[in-house]
Amino acid sequence: MQPDISVQNLSKTYGDGFQALKNVNLDIQKGEIFALLGPNGAGKTTLISIICGLVNPSSGTVTAAGHDIIREFRAARQAIGLVPQELNTDSFEKVWNTVSFSRGLFGKPPNPAHIEKVLRDLSLWDKRNNRVMSLSGGMKRRVMIAKALSHEPDILFLDEPTAGVDVELRRDMWEMVRKLRESGVTIILTTHYIEEAEEMADRIGVIRNGELILVEDKATLMSKLGRKELRLHLQQAMDELPPELKDQPIELSDDGYELIYTFDSQQEQAGVALLLRTLGELGVEYRDLQTRESSLEEIFVGLVHHD
Amino acid sequence: MNLYGILAIYKFEMARMWRTLMQSVASPVISTSLYFVVFGSAIGSRMGDIDGISYGAYIIPGLIMLTLLMQSISNASFGIYMPRFSGTIYEVLSAPVSYIEVVIGYVGAAATKSVILGLVILATARLFVDYSVLHPFWMISFLVLTAVTFSLFGFIIGVWADGFEKLQIVPLMIVTPLVFLGGTFYSIDMLPEIWQTITLFNPVVYLISGFRWAFYGVSDIHIGISVGMIMVFLTLCMVLIAWIFRTGYRLKP
Repeated sequence: MQPDISVQNLSKTYGDGFQALKNVNLDIQKGEIFALLGPNGAGKTTLISIICGLVNPSSGTVTAAGHDIIREFRAARQAIGLVPQELNTDSFEKVWNTVSFSRGLFGKPPNPAHIEKVLRDLSLWDKRNNRVMSLSGGMKRRVMIAKALSHEPDILFLDEPTAGVDVELRRDMWEMVRKLRESGVTIILTTHYIEEAEEMADRIGVIRNGELILVEDKATLMSKLGRKELRLHLQQAMDELPPELKDQPIELSDDGYELIYTFDSQQEQAGVALLLRTLGELGVEYRDLQTRESSLEEIFVGLVHHD
Repeated sequence: MNLYGILAIYKFEMARMWRTLMQSVASPVISTSLYFVVFGSAIGSRMGDIDGISYGAYIIPGLIMLTLLMQSISNASFGIYMPRFSGTIYEVLSAPVSYIEVVIGYVGAAATKSVILGLVILATARLFVDYSVLHPFWMISFLVLTAVTFSLFGFIIGVWADGFEKLQIVPLMIVTPLVFLGGTFYSIDMLPEIWQTITLFNPVVYLISGFRWAFYGVSDIHIGISVGMIMVFLTLCMVLIAWIFRTGYRLKP
């Protein structure tokens, strides 16, 4: 199947010489939720801005919904809705007008029923006659989403959608994103909240210094890069690791009461079994044991700061 | 052609005018009325006719031009500068509208406002002085052509400006002197010869002269030259705007 968004050999160097993107290649399939992770200044927003037409690419090509974003910009852009990071709103406009304006701008004939549905879905209906400036930050964020959905896009970009948003609104937004996906909309979001990517994304891309260093199914990523940790609470403190265990990834805690064994979740079974057998043979007794899996956040920090 | 898109921008800009009716319409009308009171009625009654036209009537075309130029520039520059300043420009840039459509929307609205304002001032002038319009078709053509040209110019300033003071500088520091020295209040024949020559480098002279011809059939400069000069300026502005959008200058990094 043709990808909904296809980015090929995309590079961007800004006028001041800063290279924001380095030869990025990425395919996003129809109907998936793709999360783009990366530290500040990694190039997430530049990538989105190029796809949406806000920034000129230096080289490379991008297609959206099968259309080249430059040669066939009308068809490409009509398919895209963008919710930028900053709360850029027309303060003096009324909610209804500003959302209707967006629909017109994207070349769609007026459709009050659709605008009403969007506003109701986002709990903005009661505020439709309020000026945007009178709304709270969270409500403004909803207005921006309503604007992006006003022209019924097939692809939705959410640039840091939940930055500075309270927990309740965040849950609402996740709910909304899921509903949109059910209706067939492709969603690309950037986020700092790993929790968010973990909660929602089908696939995750990690971008660092303008390079897309990894694109993976969330589940695969978790299992591939996830480290597991087995902690054994010992009956009696140990002075030092028995020599039989020294060549294994085991550490002894400072107080000597805990053995910490780390392993990749891929090869775990044999390792754990072997370890426990060895401990039995050595006569080491333990009270309790626990395992934990590293979260996406730890994986992410590992990726961004190591290698 | 994204007609809905053009219409959305146009209506948005026109709505801004209605929202700010006081400053958009009332203030230019009041300030122009003051000119008519002072120069038309008070001082004008002591002045002789110029080219056979009473002084009060003589200054009408120039005063309308003054407002037209100032308002076209400030409307259009503000119209495009505000979304740049507030960040809402992202939506226009990400929308399926071509740059020609963007310009038609913004410049069309700015020019519409100025033309309406020009006509309002023309009607207001009637309260103070008696005048006639000899060539109504040319009068309207000059009005529209000038409004469009200077709205394009304003659009360029709005893209170029990186602060509010720059938005003010061009209308205040350049346009006002050019209009005052462009023959609003006098015929350039009244100047010493050297200044007459210098004046010919002032583009506004051609606008006022041509506009006055449409009213009274007399002008300092041949009407053909006036129309030609507007066309030259119009073309220059369009070329510059095409360049802005092609390079993304200050709009699209």
